[in-house]
Amino acid sequence: MNELDQLYQQVILDHSKRRIGSPLVETTEGLLHGESHQHNPICGDQIRVRVELDDQEHFTSMSWEGDGCSISMASASVLAEMLPELTKEEFLGKRDYFREMMRSKGNFQPDEEVLEDAAAFVGVSKFPARVKCAMLAWVAAEVAMHEARK
Amino acid sequence: MYPLPNRPVTILCHGLSGIHDNYSEDHVHTMTGQPEALEALTAGEVERIKADFEILEHQVNGVDVVYLDSGATSQKPRCVYEAEQHYYENANAAVHRGAHSLAVEATEIYEEAREKVAKFIGARTNELVWTANATEALNLISYSMSNASLGRGGEAAARFRLGPGDEILTTELEHHANLIPWQELAFRTGATLRYVPVTEDGALRYELLDELVTEKTKLVAFTHVSNVLGTITDTQKFVDAARKVGALTVLDGCQSVPHLPVDVKALDVDFMAFSGHKMLGPTGIGALYGREELLNAMPPFLTGGSMITVVDMEHAEYMPSPQRFEAGTQRIAQTHGLATAVSYLDEIGMGRIAAWEEHLGAMLYEGISKIEGVRVFGPADAQRIGTVPFEVIGVHPHDVGQYLDSRGIAVRVGHHCAQPLHRALGVNSTTRASTYLYNTEEDIKALLEALSSVREYFGV
Repeated sequence: MNELDQLYQQVILDHSKRRIGSPLVETTEGLLHGESHQHNPICGDQIRVRVELDDQEHFTSMSWEGDGCSISMASASVLAEMLPELTKEEFLGKRDYFREMMRSKGNFQPDEEVLEDAAAFVGVSKFPARVKCAMLAWVAAEVAMHEARK
Repeated sequence: MYPLPNRPVTILCHGLSGIHDNYSEDHVHTMTGQPEALEALTAGEVERIKADFEILEHQVNGVDVVYLDSGATSQKPRCVYEAEQHYYENANAAVHRGAHSLAVEATEIYEEAREKVAKFIGARTNELVWTANATEALNLISYSMSNASLGRGGEAAARFRLGPGDEILTTELEHHANLIPWQELAFRTGATLRYVPVTEDGALRYELLDELVTEKTKLVAFTHVSNVLGTITDTQKFVDAARKVGALTVLDGCQSVPHLPVDVKALDVDFMAFSGHKMLGPTGIGALYGREELLNAMPPFLTGGSMITVVDMEHAEYMPSPQRFEAGTQRIAQTHGLATAVSYLDEIGMGRIAAWEEHLGAMLYEGISKIEGVRVFGPADAQRIGTVPFEVIGVHPHDVGQYLDSRGIAVRVGHHCAQPLHRALGVNSTTRASTYLYNTEEDIKALLEALSSVREYFGV
């Protein structure tokens, strides 16, 4: 596989079209919910992420809307699929692992058990200009989590 | 005695020999700054020019680089950085101070550069102020005007004063460098910022000028060539409207000075800003043109050493233009590099360069328009340089740029520092191809070929 094909793996192209979790959904009564709008001023990509958590600090849902490249949109889709049922701590652990992979410049063997479809983003780490695209939804989800209130 | 070598003022690149046109010192410009109808460069000449650019011989991602991002920054011929190196090796010293031979030599190089670049745009030598880039040049006007508005410069600076009720006019076409300094000036002085809108195609709505330019208008700032659309402004319409009410005119020449013959006197503007790095020169050097009487009346922006005559602990007297705007140690090597770039462009002839780029621009516009699923932006009937923005339907510009990069093709993606224009066009971002004198027809064909397979790659 050439570098471009590693970047645009089929999983990523599929997610960029399926956009799991998009558009935004109304919040559910009784749950904690938080929202974050993130913007990449370099390319103009933007995303609004809404997360919901129950009283035991488990994510129950993530929904989002955004405008951006296939990498940023696919990353949001993958995260929206993965997030429900994770605890805050589990999410932060995966976030750290994902970020470590993004900073690896391609020297990384991702554990698919941990990252599921997000493992496909390993090819992005060879393109430093695209790392921000892949991180955008993760950053938004984390800010939304910290903002979460009833 | 220092072993001073022959002066490094003209180091011409070998590829140029034999390329001449009839565009010389007494060239004629039309009032809109358009090039005379000159014969375009030939393909053979472009190949020889290209050979002067080391970087264009390199490979990117295993393929020959096709550089179509000169709107962002141009590549530099060897003679430009060799001139800088030559300066550092043979004449480096602080200018306008020191009695030693190196200082004298450096000062001469610095001022000869000014003379050469001023002549290139049809200005007098003392009408050209060195700045870091066009952005700084535009900010210089903005901050000098707010200083005047605070009363600095006395009665001589009265025409630069702004206050509540006054208006600044710009356009929706501008890149942020010719927008934000005026927004800030309006905030600082209480003046109101207005703008000439564009149509949904991105054409300036000149018919609104009569309504928008009134007795309240004190300054009209507009671009000569759109950095996104590549379209050439009818500057005469702006100048006429501004003159009627006595407003100052500021022309953004970032995308015109590198690509078209430009004569500030024929254009009849009061100020013009441009950048060196977009016209084969080094980064870190740009210039502001201003009418002599205006520059001498305007209070300075940056202050400090080198711009004063008499200083005591309470106040200072300032030098006339251009020194009054050149505080501190200046970018001497860069001015020399830019002057060398100007010599290079002059020897080829701006009229012939413009004709070649008009040809490349038409190839781009027509070629991209024909590709299924790809849409070009900008009015179809406009005069344009070799700059064309487009959208591949269903594929984000960032992904388009990445795909093109894998084939060695460098283009710009994003909002190109012109968010309001993109909003007017109804998109967040575009992909932009922009040419220069070293681009060949093969470069354009490579782009067109690659573009026709983008949608298939992304499964659209």
